[in-house]
Amino acid sequence: MVERLIGRSGRKGSSDADLAREPEAPADPTAAVWAKVQLARNLRRPRTLELLALIADDFVELHGDRFFGDDPAIVAGLARIDDRRVVVVGQQKGAETDENIRRNFGMPHPEGYRKAMRVMELGERLGLPIVTFVDVPGAHPGAESEERGIAEAIARSIALMTRLQTPIVTVITGEGGSGGALAIAVGDVVLALENAVYSVISPEGCASILWRTPDQAPAAALAMRMTATDQLQLGVVDEVIPEPRGGAHTDHPATAATIKTAVVRHLAALERRPLDELIEARYRRYRALGAFTTVDLEPVAIPERPGFADRLRNLLGGSARASNGTGSNPTRSHDEPPAREEV
Amino acid sequence: MPIKLPSFRQRRDAYPPDLWTQCPSCQEMLFNKQLEKVLRVCSNCGHHFRLSAPARLNLLLDPDSFEECDAGLQSLDPLGFVDLKAYPDRVSAAQATTGLRDAAVWGFGSIGGRQVAMCVMDFSFMGGSMGSVVGEKVARSAEAALARRIPLVIVSASGGARMQEGTLSLMQLVKTVAATERLRLAGVPLISVMSDPTTGGVFASFAALGDVNLAEPNALIGFAGARVSAGTIQGELPEGFQRSEFLFNHGFVDRIVHRSNLRDELVKLVALLAPVQLPAPSSDNGNIPAFRPLSFLSALAERVIPESDEAVRG
Repeated sequence: MVERLIGRSGRKGSSDADLAREPEAPADPTAAVWAKVQLARNLRRPRTLELLALIADDFVELHGDRFFGDDPAIVAGLARIDDRRVVVVGQQKGAETDENIRRNFGMPHPEGYRKAMRVMELGERLGLPIVTFVDVPGAHPGAESEERGIAEAIARSIALMTRLQTPIVTVITGEGGSGGALAIAVGDVVLALENAVYSVISPEGCASILWRTPDQAPAAALAMRMTATDQLQLGVVDEVIPEPRGGAHTDHPATAATIKTAVVRHLAALERRPLDELIEARYRRYRALGAFTTVDLEPVAIPERPGFADRLRNLLGGSARASNGTGSNPTRSHDEPPAREEV
Repeated sequence: MPIKLPSFRQRRDAYPPDLWTQCPSCQEMLFNKQLEKVLRVCSNCGHHFRLSAPARLNLLLDPDSFEECDAGLQSLDPLGFVDLKAYPDRVSAAQATTGLRDAAVWGFGSIGGRQVAMCVMDFSFMGGSMGSVVGEKVARSAEAALARRIPLVIVSASGGARMQEGTLSLMQLVKTVAATERLRLAGVPLISVMSDPTTGGVFASFAALGDVNLAEPNALIGFAGARVSAGTIQGELPEGFQRSEFLFNHGFVDRIVHRSNLRDELVKLVALLAPVQLPAPSSDNGNIPAFRPLSFLSALAERVIPESDEAVRG
């Protein structure tokens, strides 16, 4: 993966791009990451509709989830990109305050994800590939959202995308905010713009839980390694799409053009693969993500202050337990006190 | 006149915590040994205390039927994550206090004499958070349930995805759901039992997607944690918000089951939901066969093609 990274930066004429960015990129890694987070959140960053206007020759937006209503924080529809018909789903923040309020600051409710599922299923039935654009602070965390089952909608959408019988290309264009992003970000190929970020929780949320104060958000952002290049190294993202100097918001047409080139290239490659192979490869892609090891040791010993009776029991039964060997001995744990309630 | 010295002795109502637990709901002091006997449910008000994974297995499965799988899985530190404490230190501290390697335990067992695959989470291990190990165990339990065509029971107790593993934790949502989705397509039932708490990435993945969703009374179940909501959304959240009853009222939980009835309920459900055995023989010699896409697809096809329908149902 590191080679991939080096290969990328070597391939692109990166020297002058780096020079251009040098003066604005702070030397302190925390500040550098935080600057990226701010770039990813820039209000002028192109969103799904802006990008589609530049990328697609035709776009017809479809509205409504057929259950409850239409969620303006997610746009979905049919588009034509270079003579290729595709289904597009993406999140949409507003650039102005009015639009932002109307679009709920890009935080989707369950009906947004249900609309996305409906349109993606349509794409599957018609044999159209799916392109998604991800830019969301997170799913809406309010009461109405919970009442209508935001978790169920996200889970259902992830489940659907793992088995859709059509190629899926996902582009993280701005903020990849946790489950709200992931619900439309399961793909055969996951791309990310250079200044996009992707994280399991917002840096503010992470800081307020682990550091007990949201002020430590930059430190949390650094610790979570949420930048596009970090995600590439972790294997969560497959390719990083370079942005114009100064960030995507400075030049929408150039950003759209590079995104288009990358998306079309990947779609063309994915369309050549047989569908069952594609689905299996998608399953394997996510199946392989994770970092763990297998240890063949005794179960973790619990340091407890044994009472006299326990010590006596250990003394008598100790040899029998030691010969028990491998990991499965639930019987031992049954009589120990459970961890105390956190209240 | 005697001077009143400050007392350094413990107040008389400070019960030794090793022996007594105060019920957070009704403030009753409960004797721990007695609490264990009544399945850690407050005998005064019915508050359900959290249950450790071994105690949960003991409660739900037939006696001595559990064989644990993948007990040796242990998480790495992919990000080199340090907050106020380094991630590996947090893991080893949690291992020392719980005796578990990570926040989930899975294996085979039987409920009312019927084979099931069961995955149980333990909140006392880093808030039951789902990192790579928990995700892997859930996915393996689902794949094993599919290979043997036996129901999968998952008991959740988790604050959500584990922040210390970053987006790799987030990817566990996809990993687990992809596996349970294959169960669903193959007609093998998933029973999701939600205990206090089931929130965040765990609720927004396999826990919400059970064919039958059970919940313990008054368990905290929701997507956004209180601290996240409070930081993002202005205004108070309604009373009883994100509790089992709230979810039941909004149609996301099938049944709210008191802990003392949970096993009986599962015995009934496992019997009623038992998957129809397809003609394809499953190798049942103890080791779990790997997932085979071809046999899986042909099994699917058999269910889809109408003429073989009777054979399947019968």
